[in-house]
Amino acid sequence: MIDWRQLREIITTPDNVPIIGLILAIAFYVWYGLRQARANDRLIREVEADPGRHRKTQPYEEGWEREVQVWPYLLRIEFLAALIVTLLLLVWSLCINAPLEDPANPGQTMNPAKAPWYFVGLQELLVYFDPWFAGVALPVLILIGLMLFPYLDASPLGSGYYTLRQRRVALGAFGAGFAIWIGAILVGTFIRGPGWVWFWPGQTWDHTRAVYETTRDLPDLIGLHNGVAKALAGFVAIVLFYAGAGRLIHWLVTRSETDRRIYRATSALQYYTFQFFAITILAGVPAKIALRLLLRVKYVLVTPWFNI
Amino acid sequence: MEPDRKDPREALEELTTSFTKPKKTRLWKSVFRVKHDRRDTRSRALAVVSNVFLHLHPARINRDAVRYSYTWGMGGISFYLFLVLLFTGALLMFYYHPTKIQAYRDILYLEHDVPFGRLLRNMHRWAGHLMVITVWLHMLRVLLTGSYKKPREFNWMVGVGLLAFTLLLSFTGYLLPDDQLGFWAVTVGTNMARATPLVGHEGPLGPQMGMTALNDLRFALLGGSIVDSNALLRAYIWHCIGIPVMAAVLMSVHFWRVRKDGGISGPAPVKLEREVP
Repeated sequence: MIDWRQLREIITTPDNVPIIGLILAIAFYVWYGLRQARANDRLIREVEADPGRHRKTQPYEEGWEREVQVWPYLLRIEFLAALIVTLLLLVWSLCINAPLEDPANPGQTMNPAKAPWYFVGLQELLVYFDPWFAGVALPVLILIGLMLFPYLDASPLGSGYYTLRQRRVALGAFGAGFAIWIGAILVGTFIRGPGWVWFWPGQTWDHTRAVYETTRDLPDLIGLHNGVAKALAGFVAIVLFYAGAGRLIHWLVTRSETDRRIYRATSALQYYTFQFFAITILAGVPAKIALRLLLRVKYVLVTPWFNI
Repeated sequence: MEPDRKDPREALEELTTSFTKPKKTRLWKSVFRVKHDRRDTRSRALAVVSNVFLHLHPARINRDAVRYSYTWGMGGISFYLFLVLLFTGALLMFYYHPTKIQAYRDILYLEHDVPFGRLLRNMHRWAGHLMVITVWLHMLRVLLTGSYKKPREFNWMVGVGLLAFTLLLSFTGYLLPDDQLGFWAVTVGTNMARATPLVGHEGPLGPQMGMTALNDLRFALLGGSIVDSNALLRAYIWHCIGIPVMAAVLMSVHFWRVRKDGGISGPAPVKLEREVP
């Protein structure tokens, strides 16, 4: 049975409305961008076959002027955009009220107590990682990884036009990270209910439901329970994971001839930095999520100072 | 001998011309230094470069760079939303006291008594959420078009900084209504700070560094060991002064570098694989 009332309540919560908008906007713009990428990829093939052909990614005719005046051709668009955004915002603000709950009360815990939607993904990761990793180390790694992105992409191709063919690896890496981020937000917002328990869409949020799950550490699975042995086994598991995932990522980024050319142009420093971020964020986070959800594994590495 | 009084007819004519032809007056000319003639391209260019609000733009741009399909307009819209937020935020500041006694009441007052108060608060909140979305879409577009590539690497980095500030701006604003929603969201958020490695009292190696609940990073963020009046005041100051100022500085760098790095990246003609070394 689908509990429509519950479903409607979650979707129409004022602070969740932006997420619905975000999903629609991302779907539209990804389609919009990829459509142009496909068109440009066709153009690239045509130019490869006929080098004399014009290379404009936009409609083009001989004799058109190369530049236009900012006033009015750009300013009128900016003005129009400002007008439309203002209207949208006005209608949104007239139709939906900003939420206001009861006065803050430290004695009464909100259940579920959720972070603002753009941070709910990190909160969801708290299920799989300790707070020092999900809340501090991972966000810092994500920001550093994003900042370094241009410096790790060694390909000079695909600058200033949409293309898929020439930039499979760069787009794939970013796309995977973006998908994890958005996916975690969706799970945290629409799936997690009271007590941060998993409720499928349409399931009634039952405040008394509790999940009694015995979690274990990865070394426990192979019968290691002694502290030092566990720590060593966890360390070995992580080293093996980095080696294996690194191998897999290497295979993924050197599949086509284009990708191999880019790989050859990449310096060792660029490549290993890329591998570190790719393994840690793009492979490690989903792997740990899978371990937790499928095998009830809480930690891989257990030490007296920190656990992963 | 020169007459010491003007001929009345001449004086009248002077007066009427200043009304019939205001553009000939000294006042007008002092304000608008450039004569604007829409048929003349030079005059159109001057309209942009001689105006402080418009001179961020070049006078002329690549004809394809104005296409919506290429830029999605998300950077500009984010900046516009930032301005909307400054404006609505400044108005909200007239009605808001960042104290435990008054904050929540001020929101009720805004919602029920202040003319258009509810609309004002709604617009501020939704513009904040919308800005998070447009900033993400802007990043996505820049990525899809490879616009972070040489020579624009540094500006991408500045952009990532702006992304972080946008999220922090929204987050610090969350606490200000002092309701259950903001209180628990900020409690959850700042609880992570105490798990920070080295500088949080529950983080890896934190206790070894001498961290306690009364001297760690979380304490610095909240001005105490719980989310209370000091936290409200700190959130307010970060939200209204600290982060907006830092974001404005980064924005200036961001926009300046867009121009200095050669304008927006495209749409550029496609390149072939065999043409690159």
